[in-house]
Amino acid sequence: MELLNILFVAPFVDITSSPVFFAEVVIGGLMTGVMYSLVALGFVLIFKASGVFNFAQGAMVLFAALTLVGLMERGVPIPLALAGTVLVMIALAMLIERMMLRHLVNQEGIILFMATIGLNFLLEGAGQIAWGSNVKVLDLGIPNQSFEVAGILLNQFDLFAAAIAAVMVTVLAVFFQKTTIGRALRAVADDHQAALSVGIPLKTIWVIVWSVAGIVALVAGIMWGAKSGVQFSLSLIALKALPVLILGGFTSVPGAIIGGLIIGVGEKIAEIYWGPAFGGAIEGWFAYMLALAFLMFRPQGLFGEKIIERV
Amino acid sequence: MAQDMTKPRNIGDVLLNVENISIAFGGVKALDGVSFDVREHEILAIIGPNGAGKSSMLNCINGFYHPQDGIITFKGTPRQRMQTHEAAAQGIARTFQNIALFKGMSTLDNIMTGRNLKMKKNLLWQALYFGPALTEELEHRAKVEEIIDFLEIEAIRKTPVGKLPYGLQKRVELGRALAAEPDLLLLDEPMAGMNHEEKEDMCRYILDVNDEFGATIVLIEHDMSVVMDISDRVVVLDYGRKIAAGTPDEVRANQDVIDAYLGVSHD
Repeated sequence: MELLNILFVAPFVDITSSPVFFAEVVIGGLMTGVMYSLVALGFVLIFKASGVFNFAQGAMVLFAALTLVGLMERGVPIPLALAGTVLVMIALAMLIERMMLRHLVNQEGIILFMATIGLNFLLEGAGQIAWGSNVKVLDLGIPNQSFEVAGILLNQFDLFAAAIAAVMVTVLAVFFQKTTIGRALRAVADDHQAALSVGIPLKTIWVIVWSVAGIVALVAGIMWGAKSGVQFSLSLIALKALPVLILGGFTSVPGAIIGGLIIGVGEKIAEIYWGPAFGGAIEGWFAYMLALAFLMFRPQGLFGEKIIERV
Repeated sequence: MAQDMTKPRNIGDVLLNVENISIAFGGVKALDGVSFDVREHEILAIIGPNGAGKSSMLNCINGFYHPQDGIITFKGTPRQRMQTHEAAAQGIARTFQNIALFKGMSTLDNIMTGRNLKMKKNLLWQALYFGPALTEELEHRAKVEEIIDFLEIEAIRKTPVGKLPYGLQKRVELGRALAAEPDLLLLDEPMAGMNHEEKEDMCRYILDVNDEFGATIVLIEHDMSVVMDISDRVVVLDYGRKIAAGTPDEVRANQDVIDAYLGVSHD
């Protein structure tokens, strides 16, 4: 009886008795979700365009943030530091194509995946050798005041993050669906050989994709870094992006966003209302349980392409 | 369909010369010293039993394979190791035996990718969707609409090609190759798996492409009646070697060809 009460009755009583607090929990969750989405986006971009699951996306987030902070610490003004970091990420994309992808053309997905694990360690190491391993504060002057709307506490920084994510998703959607390069990217993702036969140069396309993913990583790094400091654990948020991808589908940009929001809200609600039933700290594993459930019932995710093969 | 009777053919100079091409995979000689040439505005068919090296030949011409021996001369320029996208840039377009379309994309988008090389704006512009980039996109869109019109696939403009029946997919693939306005069009079994009407349609498109667009065509085909009807010349491969070449009538009468197709004990 006690268990049933704590699982199925008490949480709903709590929710209905204090709707304002519930709204705050949901909004807090949405904001964290936006941040997850930002990281997941980087994965989706590379997976969509080259079929590679880039394990190093988290390390790229850390690397970008470290580079930015490192430049700022050396007295480079913010706009220049931003531009410099973008250039570094593009140079990194070129290096990755030259040193890694070029030699692995036509290899199995799993081999490319293993290569990105290697890349992950390399970037984590290189970033810390170059810029040191202390926790750094990233202050870009993004306002961080809280204010109340209809009794609900909101935070300016969170709203700012949400706005950035919205802009980025719009830009990426137009880029992918409408532009010439976007179409070439989708073509390469679909069929390497056919793309080559219509004269799309694979190498250039890979550099572009990895550059875009690098810039998305930079944005994610800025938002996470400004929120919780630039430190090694940034590369671990990539792990939180995994359940987001499973929910949203590996190939869907809107999926990455919605998936991020669901995970963000889901884990906050679970933690606060169902946490007591499990002795707390569900936030850490709730996302993975949800992903597991999805794998059982809808493995292609909410928006992923269902693969149908003609036989 | 016997167009040779009704229309004077307007064959020009040598466009592509293939000389002494050899390529082996492990111990298997896929091609063994094959030579032939293709003249402007010509329709040349490559025929031969399964495994004769026909597709390997096309793959060498468009740069998927690099022959271990021999020289390919296109438009008077000999080339050594050419990358596929470079071959495309020189004006070689192709279709594939097992349709290689971008399955998740619409018919329109598929054919638009064929215009890729015709896009003149640099990469930065191509990443945008306004100003000159948009103007250019619309120009190419107009060209693509002509092709869609020509191939009579208006109704499936927006359909993802993965959902189309086989015959239509073949047609879209031809459209994508045409969009590049190629000088040389390589067709790998354009009529495989088609029913009689679809084959007739495809024959008509191939002849019209040759006639109206002026494209030179090299095609691989198994249906002998089709080959004999539409091609100006035929090259016959067997076990990676060229065993005959000539007009359809000459090839039909060639004893080696008859042996290769009917099977004869070599002793």
